[in-house]
Amino acid sequence: MKKYYFDHVATNPLHPAVLESMMPYFKEEFGNPLSVYEYGMNAKNAIESARGQVAALIHAKAAEIIFTSSGAEANNFALRGIALARQNEGKHVLVSRMEHHSVLNAARFLEKSGFTVTYLPVDKNGFVDPDTVKKMITKETTLISVIHASSEVGTIEPIREIVKIAKEYNIMVHTDAVATTGNIPVDIMELGVDLLSMAAHQFYGPKGAAALYVKQGTRIVPLIYGGIQESGRRAGTENVPAIVGMGKAAEIAAAGLQSKMDYLMPLRDRIIDTMANVDRVYLTGDRHKRLPGHASFCVEYIEGEAMLLLLAAKGILSASGSACSSKALKASPVLLSMGIPSGLAQGSIVFSLGMDNAPEDIEYLTAEFPAVIKRLREISPYAQGWGDKEEGGSCTAKK
Amino acid sequence: MKFVDNVKPDVTTDIVYMMCPMHLLKLEEQMKELEPGQILEIMTDYDGAFEDIPDWCKKTGNEFLGVQESPDFYKFYIKKGTR
Repeated sequence: MKKYYFDHVATNPLHPAVLESMMPYFKEEFGNPLSVYEYGMNAKNAIESARGQVAALIHAKAAEIIFTSSGAEANNFALRGIALARQNEGKHVLVSRMEHHSVLNAARFLEKSGFTVTYLPVDKNGFVDPDTVKKMITKETTLISVIHASSEVGTIEPIREIVKIAKEYNIMVHTDAVATTGNIPVDIMELGVDLLSMAAHQFYGPKGAAALYVKQGTRIVPLIYGGIQESGRRAGTENVPAIVGMGKAAEIAAAGLQSKMDYLMPLRDRIIDTMANVDRVYLTGDRHKRLPGHASFCVEYIEGEAMLLLLAAKGILSASGSACSSKALKASPVLLSMGIPSGLAQGSIVFSLGMDNAPEDIEYLTAEFPAVIKRLREISPYAQGWGDKEEGGSCTAKK
Repeated sequence: MKFVDNVKPDVTTDIVYMMCPMHLLKLEEQMKELEPGQILEIMTDYDGAFEDIPDWCKKTGNEFLGVQESPDFYKFYIKKGTR
């Protein structure tokens, strides 16, 4: 059966040119970048070349890029590294309720370590209000972390406005740009953030390579101690093939960014417009300020997992919110924070598109998805008025 | 250990929180950029620098001027030698 992959926020296939760029570093160019002979120097040069390619994607300086193993590591590094480095100035951190677990759980670690963390509320579309940020700042605040765009609901946050407020109080700003880097323009100069996380596999690069942008002159406590890799800020022998692949993927992403957005947005809108005509299906996240290939919904009276299984039987591969929440069969904290009732939040589903999705694939999805909903509602006790039925949430596409 | 105040550096390098042996690698890298007689200030929180930096200066013909303590880190001052 043909597979229709609509889960590009989970991960992406490798671009063939990326794989090709990596191959020598699995084979003949196997050197350790710290070795002083030719093998080592070649590996070191390859890493530095990749650093330049990744920096160019976000308009940063090469020295401001620290390679990590994952977006989660970059997020942990940013939160713990800055909070600890600045703890003599204050022990208060602000994070939004839209964050990935790698930010939220790092924040919880800080709480257990004697820091105070304030969780920024969001509105029904998932936006953090910069005025609320301003109200929650204290003289102890040293760091604010707000995700650039949520992979669960696609909403793109007003980072620049938050940075503007933070700078008035000498507070650093980190943004988790894992879902956005390589998918929409991410310009360090324009955003003004001090730290930014990204991951290669979100833009057709390999898993196992990611990066944290750290503005030049920023002190940060390392997450991993050891040798002098990454200028003594992230120890461990580098994953050279993956880093090389990340560099190539960044180069390809930068060159094709606009055409990718132009291709994906009409496909996304086709899904959203079709589902707007299905009863009691609600778009989650903002209708306009959202990721180009991202369509997410809450479907009343049905569990997300049931939809996933029936769709998978038809070859359609999607997700019911974040991978973590989906595995735990828990209502997404992100959806709950947007005021969506827990019952409705269980009916969450996310379609995230990529360049391998043809327009015909979208036609198949928009024909099959309403049929799956109809089928599941036929057997849902809630749809027949059983149990404690909750009313629909404050989603944007409610009819 | 010689402690100093009010040394006016020509170049400052901040390597606070960077791991050992970055204090020696950055020191070597920065000294290459300086002219003889110019002074480098290295900011570090690494205690081992108390031993390593004066030793490095002896071996390389540079002059270790001394160290200044700050609340969270140290400032080491090195004058570039002529050789």
